[in-house]
Amino acid sequence: MKGKKRAVFWRTFLRDTLFLVIVLAVAVVLLGFFPEKRVVVTRVSWKFFVELILILPAVMVLMGLFSVFISRETVVKYLGKTSGLKGFLLALFFGALPTGPLYVAFPLAAVLIQKGARRANIVIFLSAWACIKIPQEVVELQFLGLKFMAARLALITIFVILMGLIIERIINWTEQRPALSKKADHSPDI
Amino acid sequence: MSATVIIINLATLACFILAFLKDRQKAIRGLAVAAKAFIRILPLVFIIIILIGLLLGFVPQALIARIIGEQAGFDGLLLVAFLGAILHIPSLISYPLAGSLLEGGASVTAVAAFITTLTMIGLLTLPLEIKELGKKMAFLRNGLSFIVALLIALLMGVIL
Repeated sequence: MKGKKRAVFWRTFLRDTLFLVIVLAVAVVLLGFFPEKRVVVTRVSWKFFVELILILPAVMVLMGLFSVFISRETVVKYLGKTSGLKGFLLALFFGALPTGPLYVAFPLAAVLIQKGARRANIVIFLSAWACIKIPQEVVELQFLGLKFMAARLALITIFVILMGLIIERIINWTEQRPALSKKADHSPDI
Repeated sequence: MSATVIIINLATLACFILAFLKDRQKAIRGLAVAAKAFIRILPLVFIIIILIGLLLGFVPQALIARIIGEQAGFDGLLLVAFLGAILHIPSLISYPLAGSLLEGGASVTAVAAFITTLTMIGLLTLPLEIKELGKKMAFLRNGLSFIVALLIALLMGVIL
């Protein structure tokens, strides 16, 4: 299992590096044909590189620490049973903690459903995991500014809770409907 | 150096010291996880900064503004929202790209739509989502996320 994981790691790393070489080659050729663009392109790239490299190691360390210290069991324990507004807030909180990519969250969500967690909380948890992650918010703050980040965070929080409730309604409604139509079969036709 | 840079680095340092005091081995394991994640994302970091340089150097601001700028229509918004939904760019490096688009003449609405669909919707991870959570939930979540992303983007345009 560990060997397989390592193989996947190196395969994606090599694939990305190959892609990088291609992009670099394209850039070199383009700048060879348009020497007057060299200054602006390197200046822009350098500026963005510095901005990114000043925060990326810290963001990675935060994610690494949280993924080790907050276990799946903790998340399941807290999200399995809570309800109401507290449930929504906990789902948002655990989703936003800096741990792992979205595909890690799906199996976790499946376990939560088995444990009887509310559908709305699952949707909120997944959506928060996808787009309210604390490391993401930090990078968003760095590149898009406080106003942009704060406004989007507020809107997403509101809409994600609404979306959770709507999806829960729809799923409950469609799961009840077959039962209703079965009943209808037994009732006499009008 | 901006305040963001200083705060995040200090906060991370504080977290690490706390973690180290609580459980030395776990803290070091966390660092190892971080180092691996950092190495994995490094090629993508270089790709994105080169692309940003080329984007702002070669694509005229007027063109970006015409497609996804303040005066652009709903088509442009739908286009970036759709691109965000199908592309698979790790969110951490998508923010610099979004920032460069904003600098290059894109509207707040367009950038917000792009970022929101990019993070909320994953066509690449959809098969896994269906496998783990079922078709109904996966399609509902991704479909509604698209609509929600457009609403958020439009509201962002009004607020900012």
